[in-house]
Amino acid sequence: MKLAITKNHIGSNILTMTHRNLLKTLHNPDSLSDVIIEPIIFTLLFGYLFGGVIAGSVHAYLPMLVSGIMVQSILNAASGSGQQLREDINAGVFDRFKTLPISPIAPLAGQLVGDIFRLFLSGVITLITAFLMGWRSTVNLPTLVAALLLAIFIGWSTSWIFALVGLVAKNAELIGSLSMIIILVMTFLSNAFIPTNTLPRFIQTIVKINPVTLTITAIRTILQTGSWGSNATMVLISGGIIILIFMPLTVFVYQRRD
Amino acid sequence: MNNDNVIKVTKIQKQFGSKAAVKDVSFDIKKGEIFGLLGPNGAGKTTLIRMMTTLLRQDAGEILLNGYNTLTQSRLTRQQFSVTGQTAAIDQDLTARENLIIFGKLNGLTRADARNRASELLADFDLINSADQTLATFSGGMRRRLDLAISLIGKPSILFLDEPTTGLDPRTRTQMWRAIQKLVAKGSTVLLTTQYLEEADYLADRIALIDHGQMITMGTPSELKKQVGGMQLRIEVTDLQSVPQAQTIVHDALSLPVSTNDQTLTVLIDSTKMQLVAKILNQLHDMKISINNFAIEAPSLDDVFLKMTVGKN
Repeated sequence: MKLAITKNHIGSNILTMTHRNLLKTLHNPDSLSDVIIEPIIFTLLFGYLFGGVIAGSVHAYLPMLVSGIMVQSILNAASGSGQQLREDINAGVFDRFKTLPISPIAPLAGQLVGDIFRLFLSGVITLITAFLMGWRSTVNLPTLVAALLLAIFIGWSTSWIFALVGLVAKNAELIGSLSMIIILVMTFLSNAFIPTNTLPRFIQTIVKINPVTLTITAIRTILQTGSWGSNATMVLISGGIIILIFMPLTVFVYQRRD
Repeated sequence: MNNDNVIKVTKIQKQFGSKAAVKDVSFDIKKGEIFGLLGPNGAGKTTLIRMMTTLLRQDAGEILLNGYNTLTQSRLTRQQFSVTGQTAAIDQDLTARENLIIFGKLNGLTRADARNRASELLADFDLINSADQTLATFSGGMRRRLDLAISLIGKPSILFLDEPTTGLDPRTRTQMWRAIQKLVAKGSTVLLTTQYLEEADYLADRIALIDHGQMITMGTPSELKKQVGGMQLRIEVTDLQSVPQAQTIVHDALSLPVSTNDQTLTVLIDSTKMQLVAKILNQLHDMKISINNFAIEAPSLDDVFLKMTVGKN
């Protein structure tokens, strides 16, 4: 055990920083309220307001809605990482981390790995709310978990984009409200809540090229058919590419000295 | 030859846009020394510290800490020092003990060692009773003490303190001073910035005075005071009418320029003229010029500061 720590500095540094993030959440559970309340409210609102119009009944709408809300909530939870990083930077804590002889990726990765808990929570709360409204999974538990993990993975990869925004933009509140608007627009201009065949043609084009649509289609396919489609593999690859691009870029910006 | 110089700063330049923040600053600091960077707000003190602690890249010049170059060997440089900034950079949502343990582990200690070191420092800094409370309940002084304690976890050979006592009450300030002196007694080298002349005078072995990014002067506190001039003789006469008469007496006795302000006459004298002071008093007495006050004072660092800096305003 001791050997592992001295050998693998990056690993133990990231672990310590993750521990720090989770401890902060533990002392300050209020910080989880956004990822708990958002999926509850959106599932209730959309389900009861639009269920009848879109699918004939709330019950018929839920299988479609659950994947849409899950992706939206997880993306929203992911955007919180950028805001949290900016708050830590403004408080001066990150300057201290920067002067330590640790791996420069550790403070960033620690934040983002710890935030996986937020992503997980928002996904699970969506499923529970939908369940309480009468939705029942038609697939077995491992498949359900696979869909949740895929949503968390794509959420985590985008949290690196939000982290970069958090490092570049100076105002934490602005980051929060801007990312919320962007996520709202992105999810509304996707197949998250509505069948897309009634939309005007140019909006249909936007919806088709929107990456959120791809993600939701992939997760919806898993939840409704129980099979891992080619969409899901595409989402997995896209997430990997986002991480490959944005992780080094974020670390580079973090290490800049000016 | 320079083996005992723990810190070597050579011809540092830093420009922010069109504004030169640091211009051609050089100094060396020996092992075990407390070195004070003194200057008004905006003089470039924090910019210098940020460059020395690898947070900022200088445009020109070289900084070596224990021989390691801050630009090309930043990882090794970071093993040589700790820094305590102007604002207490600690996690508000964590307890004092958790803060210490996390930084202990980041400094390479095992979990058990980090725990022990945390308890040790909590006791040293008189924080043991609040160790497991989150910082929301901490006073400014307690935060500063914890901040310094965190800097000491890795037993750094060099410690940078950026205005460590700004905003502290006199009692807490004295506690910080003692903590700093204790450290140096154990062999650490300290560079501190301060706006408080009293602090620099009390703590620092040597002081560099900087203003507008430039080194104005450097030396021990007493050397700096000497630069302002030796002693100051001050006489306050009772009656405004007798000021010219008294001025003549003082001037004739010392053959030095005498300045007046209301009823007060001041002359800068050095030790060779000290003998003549008695003569002045006798003559004033003979001429029946009564005086309210009479003093010979050493200049304070305030005089040095005011004489040599212009400040931002």
